Order: sequence, then structure tokens, then C-alpha cells
Amino acid sequence: MARVIVDVMPKPEILDPQGKAVHGALPRLGFTGVSDVRQGKRFELEIAVLDGDAIAEVHRIAETLLSNPVIEDYTVRVDA
Amino acid sequence: MKIGVVTFPGSLDDVDARRAVELAGGEAVALWHGDADLKGVDAVILPGGFSYGDYLRCGAIARFAPVMGEVVAAADGGMPVLGICNGFQILCESHLLPGALIRNDHRTFVCRDQVLQVENSSTAWTNGYETGQQITVPLKNGEGGFVADAATIAMLEAEGRVVVRYVDVNPNGSLNGIAGITNERGNVVGLMPHPEHAVEDLCGPGTDGLAFFSSAITALGASA
Repeated sequence: MARVIVDVMPKPEILDPQGKAVHGALPRLGFTGVSDVRQGKRFELEIAVLDGDAIAEVHRIAETLLSNPVIEDYTVRVDA
Repeated sequence: MKIGVVTFPGSLDDVDARRAVELAGGEAVALWHGDADLKGVDAVILPGGFSYGDYLRCGAIARFAPVMGEVVAAADGGMPVLGICNGFQILCESHLLPGALIRNDHRTFVCRDQVLQVENSSTAWTNGYETGQQITVPLKNGEGGFVADAATIAMLEAEGRVVVRYVDVNPNGSLNGIAGITNERGNVVGLMPHPEHAVEDLCGPGTDGLAFFSSAITALGASA
């Protein structure tokens, strides 16, 4: 069994209101050194047999369901 | 004319949409997300709500519902399809319309009677309006900010595919104040505001929304 991580982030040019809300809260808590926050999603996929086909399939899952390529980018990595 | 309204788990405005169809003189047909069957309807409406709890992204899971395969095929064949609010989000996720809807820029839910300008009165859903006509219909959304890359926005503007635009205020951060768009053929229209909530004088801001539904009946009559 292997764990594959898919991280999905809003594209840099897309407004991220949730990240902005988090960023706006930081100074109120006394954290002043953060210049920006972007919020994304992390998916953990448990894969029974991890081979090239499985990784290719995760990419297809990531681009068809887990992310919307119009507004988001994704990365795929195997959890060490 | 039979106009189907799809009910997904979490749809809220399916009953109102069916009522609007009947008030416009059509026959409303209830369609179910789990059935890959359009029951012989002439047009389809994807109503507002929070399909599948808006989990993952608004419309992202509804896009893969069994009924959507039939809707996409019918839309590609020219059938009039209208997506309202969550239905607009589903149409974008299905790639029947370009762009995407993201969380409102001010981060709060908006609910107001919204003035819109009809920019394209040649679609299957807006032929009952005049281009430039201003109408007032309710708007209620948390994730209604229409975005697309600059080339897509320019293309939508150049090809007259912006169907309705917000007037006076931009209530959710939509690029160019875009409230609704159409596909190249003009049979698929998606918009965030709710014309189905403005079809009777008794409740809502008036009857400005009714022509969306009568337009489809006109379009179907012309093609029959």
C-alpha cells in the first residue's frame, strides 16, 4: 500500500478570498511577518499497487475531478 | 413544450424552476440526477442549490452524475440548456461553458434584488428580451465570481457571448461584471442570478425573469 499526495492550489492569477481571509487574521493575532497566504487542498490517495500506470491514473484523477484546470494547478507526489 | 428540471442531492430551486416553466406556458418535467434519462424533454434546466453539498468545488461532483452525460450530449446536439446559479457552476465544470465560478471577492454570501442588463437577446433563453434591456431578478450566492483567463474573457466579449451583466454594482467580483454567458451556438446559457424567482407579482421583485422560460418555448417553437 502506498500513499500518493495530490496538492491542489488556486492558480497564481486567480483571486483566493479564503487565503486573503486567513492572511487578514494573522496581524490580529500578533503575527506580522507573513506577506501573503494562499489556501489549497491536499488529497491523500491510498494505492494498492504503485506503478507507472497507477501514477498516470492519479494524474487523470487530479485533472478531471480533484482540480479544475481553469482555476487550479495540481502536483502529484508519492508520500515517502 | 416539455422542459426538464434536474434535481440533484442538494438542489434547492428545482421546484421554483418547474413552476416558472409552467407559468411561462411550458410543461415542466422532473428529472433525477441518478437517471441517465431525459424523458423526452425538449430543453433542460439545471437549477440552483448546493448539489452534493458543494463538496470539492461547486458543481464538480454533479458534473459526473448519470443524467449529465445525457445533458452534455443533448446540449452538443443543440438542445436548449439553462444553468441557474449552481446550474451555471455545473455547466462550467462540465465544460459546456468556459470559465469558472469562485468565492465572492468580499467573502460573504450575497442576497439581493439585482439589476442586470441583457447583452445578448439572441440566445435560446433570452430571445424574449431586447438587447440593452434592464431587468431585476434575485441574486443569492457565495461563490458567484465569474473568472476565466484574459483570452477567454476577450473572446466572450468579442463574440457577444456575455448574455447578462451586473448593473450599478459588481456583487461578487465577476470579471467585467459578467453575470451570465452562452456557448458559441447560443443554446446553452448559464447565469448566477435567479430568473425563476421573478416570475410572479405576489413574491419577488416582479416578473422580469419570466422571459427566460418563455424564450426557450419560443426557440423550440421556431425550430419545431
